[in-house]
Parts: sequence; structure tokens; C-alpha cells
Amino acid sequence: MVNETTIWQYLEEVPDPEVPVLSVIDLGIVRSVKVLSDKEVEITITPTYSGCPAMNYIEKNIREVLGEKGIETIHIQTVLSPAWTTDWMSEAGKEKLLAYGIAPPVNEVDKLVLFGDSPIVKCPQCSSENTRMLSQFGSTACKALYQCNDCLEPFDYFKCLR
Amino acid sequence: MKNNLFTYTLRIADDSLILGQRLSEWCGHGPIIEEDIALTNIALDLIGQATSLLEYAAVAENKGRSADDLAFLRFENQYFNTQLVEQKNGDFAVTIVRQWIFDTFRLPFYEALQHSSDKQLAAIAEKSLKETKYHWKHSSEWIIRMGDGTEESNKRVNDALILLWKFSDELFYMDDVDKELISQGIAVDLETLRPAFNERIHYVLQQATLQLPDSKWKLSGGRQGRHTEHFGHLIAEMQYMQRAYPNMEW
Repeated sequence: MVNETTIWQYLEEVPDPEVPVLSVIDLGIVRSVKVLSDKEVEITITPTYSGCPAMNYIEKNIREVLGEKGIETIHIQTVLSPAWTTDWMSEAGKEKLLAYGIAPPVNEVDKLVLFGDSPIVKCPQCSSENTRMLSQFGSTACKALYQCNDCLEPFDYFKCLR
Repeated sequence: MKNNLFTYTLRIADDSLILGQRLSEWCGHGPIIEEDIALTNIALDLIGQATSLLEYAAVAENKGRSADDLAFLRFENQYFNTQLVEQKNGDFAVTIVRQWIFDTFRLPFYEALQHSSDKQLAAIAEKSLKETKYHWKHSSEWIIRMGDGTEESNKRVNDALILLWKFSDELFYMDDVDKELISQGIAVDLETLRPAFNERIHYVLQQATLQLPDSKWKLSGGRQGRHTEHFGHLIAEMQYMQRAYPNMEW
């Protein structure tokens, strides 16, 4: 018997294609799950960034994982509001990011203040807070590029979006 | 037949689409790798916003055309972007000035549009605003660095301002489409955005030790489908795959 709780559990197995340690649940992009019958579900997701090229893969991954579990008809709809922010990410997700070598989102600075301080981000390798932002745009839309001044390791920071 | 919601949404979409296309031309050509990545990240955000807007325009039109059809299968005079966003990339200063004028307009625009009575436009604006803040910060900081930088960088950014400022007024263009939708609480009255726009423009220019060009010359026509000579070349490249291989899918 399939119910909403089982579907949420199944979705824990759907990875984010760009940060595969995170599931779509960790990322906080699944908004709702509706079970229509034992073979049919409706999933509502929301994008992180408007142009996130991973969204199509995420839909595909959801279909694949649920398909393997015997769900035959999967309706996926995308909603934009309320807009996703990094606050939707789970605490477990943030820990997984850190272990993977990506600094999780921390405090935000006001982006409308020019040349203001960039957020203090701990180095995921040596935990030093003596780091600097190299670029506010990184390897994907959701990341900024940082470098640790102590261990010199460059690293990705999952930037705060609010 | 007149379809105000379709036209209005398409105009916003085309600004994002065409500027996104322009910025994507920097891919692999940025002056430094961080800027290559920054410009293409911004391109990606804009093309993402354009996708949401074109999907909604396609729904509003209700004639069976998809977002991709709208993006890739219109003729030159059927695009309604402002002439600013189609201007060539030029040097880095031209690209940044074009972006900065646009971002400075888009900030208050999305702030206002997120209160639209049209739920989908409001949702797209709410989402896009968060991205636009990053863009504005990036372009504004470069204006200041270049303006208050070396003699050469000051000259380049000043030349770019002279080249592009005349296109800025078209961002505030309104006609009956806007007026009718404003009365329904759907569209933004662009005149109300001028104070916020001007304030940010002057603040950044002051920090950058730059001034607006003296000339009061204004150019427009994009909202009616009249474009500058650069536009045909842009869509020729953008549409190539769909024109050469109709209905091909990625």
C-alpha cells in the first residue's frame, strides 16, 4: 500500500545531479506529494535558480526512481512561488554538503550594499574562518567560489539565496 | 486579435532572452575565468527567466505555440525586446554598462511586478528578483572599479556610457498594452520606477567618478519590433539549429 510517507521516503533516494550527495528532499525542492492511487502520484517541485539546468534531470531522476518502485503514472508540476531559498535546505543536507567539501549556506549579506563584506564562510577542509571570496559566481548557478587563506584550498560555497 | 497579457509577457521575456543570448557569447572569451563564469551564470539566470516567461506567454496566447517556438521561430520584427539588450558586447566595459543599466531597471521592476494581480507573473518576478540582486551587485561594482580605476578603464566605461545611455529610456516605454493591464493591477506603471532607477544610477556613477552623457538623444522602437542592425545577426545565430533542422530536440 503506497501512501504519502512512502513516496517521501522514495524521494530520499533521488539525488541532485550536480551535488549527488544531496537528495531532492535535502535540497528542499519537493513541495508536495499526492498519492492518487497505488500506481499514480503527483509531485510538486520548485527550482533553485530559474535557469538551473539540473531541473530536467531531477524530473527524470524522480520518474526513474519512482518507476522502479512500481509507480506507473507520475505527474510532476513545477511551482515558482513561494520562491525557493536556501532556508528550504534541510540541516542534514547542510551537513552532507560540508562533508562533501562544499561549504553550506550561512548568513546572508545585503546584496544591495556595494563592496560590502562577504559572508564569513568556514573552509570545509580545515575549518578555518580565514577565507576569502574569489567570485560570487561559481561552478553552478547556486555556488560562489572561495579560497582558504590558511590551507590555500579553493572551495565551492553554496551561496545563500533569500 | 489583441492579446495584452501575451504581448506584455513577451516583451519582458524578450528582454531576458536576448540579453541572455548576448551574454552567452562571452562563454570562453571572458577577460579572466571568474568573469567568464560570472557572465555566463548571469546569462543562464536570464535564459531561465525567459523560459518561465515564454512558457507563460505561450499559455496566454493559447494558439498551440510552445516556449521554444516563441524563442526560436519568430522573425526579427516579431521580437519586442528593447534595443539596449541587443547591442553588441563590445569590450568588457560595454557589456558591463549595458548590464548595469538593465539590472538597475530590473530591480525596481521585479520588486513591483511581484505584487501583480496576475499570480504567475508575480511568482516569476519574486523568483527572478533574488537573482537580479546578484546581477546588479556584480555590474555596479564593476562600474565603480572601472570608473574609479585607471585612466584607460575610466575612458572605456565612459565611452560605453556615451554609446549606450541613449537606449536606456526605452526601458520605460509604455503604450495601450501597459495602460490597460495597469488598470487591472497586472502591469507595472513604469513611470513610478523612475525615482528608484535614477537614485541607483546616480549613486553608482558618483562612486565611479563618472557622469551621464550630456546628450538627451533617445532611441527606441524595439517594443514595436523595430531593431538595430545587430539584431538580425544575433537571431541568425540563436535560431540556427531550429531553422537548419526543424523540430530537432536536444
